Amino acid sequence: MSKNMSVAVYPGCSLNGSSREYMESLRAVLNALEIPVNEVDDWNCCGASAAHNIDQDMAVALPSRILAQTAKDGYSNLLVPCAACYNRLKHVQQEIKTSPEIRQKASVLLNQEINTPDTIVNILEYLQSTVMPRLEGKTLKPVSKKVACYYGCLLVRPKGISDEKQIEDPQGMDQIMASLGAEPVSWAFKTECCGAGFSVSNTTTVARLSSEILIDAADRGAEAIIVACPMCHSNLDMRRREIEKYSGRKFDIPVLYITQAIGLALGIPAKKLGLQRHFVPVKI
Amino acid sequence: MSHHSETSNSFTKKLAASTGVEINRCYQCGKCSAGCPMSVEMDMPPSLVIRHLQTNDEKLVQKAVQSHAIWLCLSCETCLCRCPMEIETAKVMDYLREEALRTNQVNPKARKIVAFHKSFLSSVKNNGRLFEIGLVLKYKLASGDLLKDMVLAPSMFLKGKLHLWPERVKTKIKLHKGSNTVH
Repeated sequence: MSKNMSVAVYPGCSLNGSSREYMESLRAVLNALEIPVNEVDDWNCCGASAAHNIDQDMAVALPSRILAQTAKDGYSNLLVPCAACYNRLKHVQQEIKTSPEIRQKASVLLNQEINTPDTIVNILEYLQSTVMPRLEGKTLKPVSKKVACYYGCLLVRPKGISDEKQIEDPQGMDQIMASLGAEPVSWAFKTECCGAGFSVSNTTTVARLSSEILIDAADRGAEAIIVACPMCHSNLDMRRREIEKYSGRKFDIPVLYITQAIGLALGIPAKKLGLQRHFVPVKI
Repeated sequence: MSHHSETSNSFTKKLAASTGVEINRCYQCGKCSAGCPMSVEMDMPPSLVIRHLQTNDEKLVQKAVQSHAIWLCLSCETCLCRCPMEIETAKVMDYLREEALRTNQVNPKARKIVAFHKSFLSSVKNNGRLFEIGLVLKYKLASGDLLKDMVLAPSMFLKGKLHLWPERVKTKIKLHKGSNTVH
């Protein structure tokens, strides 16, 4: 595979720290399937919610540098597993592709030429195009559980920029989980927001929004929630104590990254998938 | 509600020039407010924020800039998904937040949220990447919320989720401002 055909991965800060099991499990799955992992060279933070909330220059400059770092090494595809980083990078890629003024602004702010890879893919698009076809013919250990596939708000958005057709009722994660032997439940909170970046500054709101998600998943009989976003994971897993306090209910439903679920089906040991790092125990 | 005819200097024109969002297209169906997960906590729901801005009435625009609502917006973009006119309300909120900061009109109830954003960006400015322990310490000092997550942090550390030292990009990211930037 020549370099410009292969994909570069932008882990982002969460996958390098508080949600490192997401990156660990992605690496473990790709290693098992002999797919090379190339991290974007000397990557920086995308600015997350903070930059676009209070500093429009940073909101353009930080993602632009990531895109430029990717393009400089000849990669035409960029995989962004974090749903929040994906959303920010998609926004800025669209802006610099369509607006010469914004590209110029980014170039002046960073004092460098700004190029972008042709495509940015989220984890579901990548799994469906590259990982799932390689599972065909492999003996899988079925994930025989009822699961609630929780996409969260940012994974399939922004509308008009993301390639997702069914923006209110995405199917990708449900299809992947079904092919691993799981039974995806029908539920109403697939793309509702968990409270995202308010985990520290407005924890009560996170408890309220995440409670609604957990209650619906529990009431629909889900035995696990499957996610593809570090914020969804940390709010539903790390903030479980606050959720239980807010809702007055106890939930033992674990929260797994989609890459951890695929890893389990491939027979990869739990520790390699980082399951021991969760706050809500994952009983396999 | 009063209406001011649009001039080249009116708020809606400045907003459109800066963000590309034309809120004059909004016909107040209210789907954004119905779907917004934060409406119940807001002092004015998203459709009312937009309505205030549409009038170009200085007092009403100011009311929106000074609202708590603009800081409670999580940018989940549910509003855009459901808007029949595809108005990018989250981009409008970004514009209003920066306007509130620039003109010193941040709603007092948003103090902790703003402290968090500032602490986050300061960590990223220093290191190029987020340093989570540094962020939380900065946030505690800025917000006065000193005892926040005293139980959570040690467990996170034990689970390998916190770096003790920041990771840095090789060359510090310095923004070159003051030249011909768009705004």
